[in-house]
Amino acid sequence: MNQPVKQHLIDPEICIRCYTCEMTCPIGAIQHDDNNVVVDPDTCNFCMDCIPVCPTGSIDEWRVVDTPYSLAQQYGFDELPEQEDIALEPDASDDGIEAHDDAIAALLAEAHKGAGGKVKAPASASKPTINLYTLGAPATAKVQGNYRLTEADSDGDVRHIILDLASLPFPVLEGQSIGIIAPGTDANGDPHLPRLYSVSSPRDGERPGFNNVSLTVKREEKGICSNYVCDLEKGAEVQITGPFGSTFLMPSDPKAHLLMICTGTGSAPFRGFTMRRQREMSSAKDSLTLVFGARSPRDLPYFGPLKKVPDSFMRKEFAFSRQKDGPKQYVQDKLRQQAEMIAALITDENTHVYICGLKAMEQGVEEAMSDIARGVGVQWSDLRDQMRNAGRYHVETY
Amino acid sequence: MLDLINVSYDSQIPNNVGLSSDKKVLKALEKWHPGYINWWNDLIPQNFQESMVYLRTAVSVDPKGWAKFDYVKMPEYRWGVLLAPAVEGRRIPMGEHFGDPAWQEVPGEYRNMLKRLIVIQGDTEPGSVEQQRFLGLTAPSLYDMRNLFQVNVEEGRHLWAMVYLLQKYFGRDGREEANDLLVRSSGSEEAPRMLGAFNEETPDWLSFFMFTYFTDRDGKMQLESLAQSGFDPLSRTCRFMLTEEAHHMFVGETGVGRTIQATLEAMTRHGITDPYDINKIRDLGVIDLPTIQKKLNLHYTLSLDLFGQEVSTNAANAFNAGIKGRYMELRIDDDHKLQNDTYAVTSIKDGKIVTEDVPALTAINMRLRDDYVRDAAGGVGRWNKAIARAGVEFELKLPHEGFHRQIGVFSTVAVDPEGTIMSSEEWNSRRDEWLPTKADGDFIQSLMVPCYEPGEYASWIAPPKVGIDNKPGDFEYVKLHMA
Repeated sequence: MNQPVKQHLIDPEICIRCYTCEMTCPIGAIQHDDNNVVVDPDTCNFCMDCIPVCPTGSIDEWRVVDTPYSLAQQYGFDELPEQEDIALEPDASDDGIEAHDDAIAALLAEAHKGAGGKVKAPASASKPTINLYTLGAPATAKVQGNYRLTEADSDGDVRHIILDLASLPFPVLEGQSIGIIAPGTDANGDPHLPRLYSVSSPRDGERPGFNNVSLTVKREEKGICSNYVCDLEKGAEVQITGPFGSTFLMPSDPKAHLLMICTGTGSAPFRGFTMRRQREMSSAKDSLTLVFGARSPRDLPYFGPLKKVPDSFMRKEFAFSRQKDGPKQYVQDKLRQQAEMIAALITDENTHVYICGLKAMEQGVEEAMSDIARGVGVQWSDLRDQMRNAGRYHVETY
Repeated sequence: MLDLINVSYDSQIPNNVGLSSDKKVLKALEKWHPGYINWWNDLIPQNFQESMVYLRTAVSVDPKGWAKFDYVKMPEYRWGVLLAPAVEGRRIPMGEHFGDPAWQEVPGEYRNMLKRLIVIQGDTEPGSVEQQRFLGLTAPSLYDMRNLFQVNVEEGRHLWAMVYLLQKYFGRDGREEANDLLVRSSGSEEAPRMLGAFNEETPDWLSFFMFTYFTDRDGKMQLESLAQSGFDPLSRTCRFMLTEEAHHMFVGETGVGRTIQATLEAMTRHGITDPYDINKIRDLGVIDLPTIQKKLNLHYTLSLDLFGQEVSTNAANAFNAGIKGRYMELRIDDDHKLQNDTYAVTSIKDGKIVTEDVPALTAINMRLRDDYVRDAAGGVGRWNKAIARAGVEFELKLPHEGFHRQIGVFSTVAVDPEGTIMSSEEWNSRRDEWLPTKADGDFIQSLMVPCYEPGEYASWIAPPKVGIDNKPGDFEYVKLHMA
């Protein structure tokens, strides 16, 4: 019997036959007749270029099948066939599956959308474990500490939370996330959906050799889960799922240089990356570059500890957008200011780029990168796609 | 509000045409921009200008960059100047210059012809925004309101695209034409928009959906033909505009489809099977299918008029000059010169509708119209599928192309929707069977009550099957400014 495969299909009841996907597909995998627009299962390589250009959303349909629907079958569809009862082999490594759980996979797909295509883990990244704990069988962790990271006069309440897993196996890599489910139900009486938080500690624990992880969580005014997490007291028990995520990972290659661009709690995975590097290769020079944006120094999580990291180990650029006496600066402004250094980094094959933070930062960063690339005669979209395909370009925004 | 004084034109206008290093064009755009913003601000009611709308903004032309979704206040929407990537070694795809390298500058001999085509295309873009300016006040849902505003800002961007071409390639004349685009306005006595269909008002949402389905589809066909142009900057501009135009087709097709769906569901719920039981159906707060057919007749025929005369020397000249091609020119298997070919064109001979072969070069408009009719038929077929699924015996039809025409060979005769020529007295006496009457309009108008609660829809329209950007059903597509 055939190995089940994932097949890309188009919903004929929603598609308006504008053929924009067909014109966009770089490898001619999409075609149409008078009836339907269809995807050739032998050609489609899941590059995802057709997904954002579709005006209807009909393009974003997937079925797991033993034998892919042929072109002739697809031309005959009046409606999409139901998903048959077939499951993919749970193997996270080869097809970039980030979670075996539709809700979580959708959250991660949304967060990684900014990378502009199918994302890959760095070639030298360690193999991640995913979905060890699920909604049905979550892990129980105990709160070891909950500390406010922002200064008292900051409007933002960002917290550093340490969870102890005692003797439970919980193999998590820097850049992966865990899910937390706030207790109780929503207005409809359904359990709350899980929220994902990146771990901000390295793989061997917040404290080396201890089975604990840390999270960096900002209190959102109406956020049910963030308020629950920010109010957790020492000793409280929390249900967690995960780990999730198999692409936003750091390379193990010691030659790799990490360019990390973040705002606010987007710094969480980068704290993990930085600590991992410090523990692994503490004497490395010029190993990391951090471009970090916040409203002001007192709103910037980990500002104190970060300042203690030597510049020779990690180059740091801070952009503050609400400082009393100083111009408004965003991460993209810092990138433009340091155009020469950034240009040298992105054109170096050892550089891995990571972008993490609010969705709103994506566009400014993207435009700054385009300008910087153009300045050295390179088309950014090409370079970015090339980096992404090589597992060297990662975006996680929310 | 947008800070007009401190606009950094380099970063405020997403562009891939090196605007920052093109001082002349940058200066021209800077001079034009405040007038544009004034035009926009005068147009749309103030509380919508202040509302946060979940819009997609194109910031670059690759698949990743052209659909950035976020909440934006419309006056702060970033109207970019974006051209599809240049195709290396592109050659002129038709006419007497077939096979020559595409022009990167305006060829002197065709300057006026090109300018005229760009101005006409440019004039339609703000025209439709003007026609639709009050629809937000009666939006049947926040989802539909978002779609309306998305269409509006993108028509605005298409105006920018044409203005860029005028300012970049046509010197002082071009700048004057760019200014005039902001002077003419839809339905104005002194300075109307150039094409008739863009001076008709869009009084209700069903008209808006019919307009985006039928009239914007003419726009799509025109853009597709201009995308074939030997003048490469025009070709690249139009190619990128087409990706956005697809959303407008979507709004039209699903808008009409959802209107039909609501009617079918209401009929089923109340056990009504006769689609002509009009009063009973209207009492349910939905639009009866025969009235939808009348609206279709009106908008389809107005749109057919946009294709101009069936036999046209202007169109022949533009094709021959390599300025404007046919729909999907590259996929047509012929010599792309049409010197010896013929094409079947309808005309009136001795009071009868006949088809005759004429030189293909002169029939470019007719051919584009035929392609349009085929393209427009697709969605109608899908609406009919839904009607059949509901078990209602009714079929929407595109009327005969001679019906209700003001331009071209059929403008001199009265033709019914089946294609029968009749006296104008008879036609006039039966007009109300075929076209919306004032009473029909009043009824539709009576349903146009705003529905501003997230996830809720007015009685006459069904919710969409899929949200924009995959958002859930109760997503707040517009955060209304209620002050």
